[in-house]
Amino acid sequence: MDTTLRITSTHAGSSFVARIEKISGQKLLACYQCGKCSAGCPMANFMDVLPNQMIRMAQLGMQKQLLETKAIWMCVSCLTCNSRCPKGIKIAEVIEALRKAALGGVERNDHLEIMALSPEARSVLPPIATISAMRKLTS
Amino acid sequence: MMGNENKPMKLAYYPGCTLKNQAVNFDVSTVSSMAKLDVEVEELDRWNCCGTVHALDSDNVMNRVAPITNMIRVKEAQARTEGMASEFMTSCAMCYNTLKRANIDVKQRADALATINDLLYLEETKYEGDVDVLHLLEYLRDRVGFDNLAKKVTKPLKGLRVACYYGCLLVRPKEVAFDDAENPMVMENLIRALGATPVDFSHKTECCGAYQTVGKPEIIADRTDKIMGSAHGEQADLVVVSCPLCAFNLDFRQDDAKRLNPDFHNMPVLYFTQLMALAFGCDESALRFDLQHIDPLPVLKARGLD
Repeated sequence: MDTTLRITSTHAGSSFVARIEKISGQKLLACYQCGKCSAGCPMANFMDVLPNQMIRMAQLGMQKQLLETKAIWMCVSCLTCNSRCPKGIKIAEVIEALRKAALGGVERNDHLEIMALSPEARSVLPPIATISAMRKLTS
Repeated sequence: MMGNENKPMKLAYYPGCTLKNQAVNFDVSTVSSMAKLDVEVEELDRWNCCGTVHALDSDNVMNRVAPITNMIRVKEAQARTEGMASEFMTSCAMCYNTLKRANIDVKQRADALATINDLLYLEETKYEGDVDVLHLLEYLRDRVGFDNLAKKVTKPLKGLRVACYYGCLLVRPKEVAFDDAENPMVMENLIRALGATPVDFSHKTECCGAYQTVGKPEIIADRTDKIMGSAHGEQADLVVVSCPLCAFNLDFRQDDAKRLNPDFHNMPVLYFTQLMALAFGCDESALRFDLQHIDPLPVLKARGLD
């Protein structure tokens, strides 16, 4: 029984891990998958991948799969996960870093089509809604 | 720390964009209530956007410029106004959160603050991290005091059952919170001082879905159904809030919640300042209930408070 399982960030895809850690200012490997973030997440019902799974995928450098999830666009940084994480990881910061990675390319990668809304739908929205949505969901 | 008999305190006030648009009821009820408390509120000259949703990434100096410009406006107001401290009050939870976090951030990062001051080279006043951001609830609790506030009540809201909804921005993250993150009580204590009965309900710090209301109103319908349903389950007459985005989602998206869940029970959503203004005997011009989507008058009438 001398099998050693070593988890490191020196595998393929680690430049992605390093980038996400840098943008978010978080240590991804601190997560031990307790799941409290997902348990309290008000958006979890609408996510294809849960917050603790996002962290796992980020740890493993699964850049393509992660940036294709719907889940990273669901978070509204309510920070319930951050305030309950026993390891002090700011999950919302990690998700924002993933968005930055997706939004910051050469091409626009908007996840909100404000002009696709009807004029009536647009006119009732308060500025606080429109501005925050455009700030967080568009390139 | 109320103003003394001769000289009322002057308090710089930052309204924010939505209080000048859809949430005029929040603005007028804030200003009118403060007048009843003998606090002279002075709206900041040339205030600009708070930044609207704090940027969470590490490369964020540009996102701090807008909020920090407002700190310079506060210093300018303080310099020309006798009796004004180096602080300002806002009643909007979003503005409070964004301004306070930007302020904490630049106080901790001298290099970021220096960059921002460089970018704002046209300003005559430099920002040195010397302004404090206050939320109105915190001001009422810590400066006015709820006992003093209760003395100004001319129309106690007797029998009115109120669910106090905090959402996210007043209680998270802990650096900006002025009450417990999981079970805050400051609004309940205010409501009690106004003569009403606060109800305990499970969803008071559960997120309303925030800006997803723009592109995914179906998500807000679900959130509103659960949050308002939880308040209804405790026999609340109405819900009070401190955020115009929560107010929009919980009030105007009730039509969507009703389509999602036919058993959904419509309930009015007011700003806490509107209940204050009502209890202080302010007239309709300070309440602006006409801007509410769900009319609060039937509920208030049933409690003899119209």
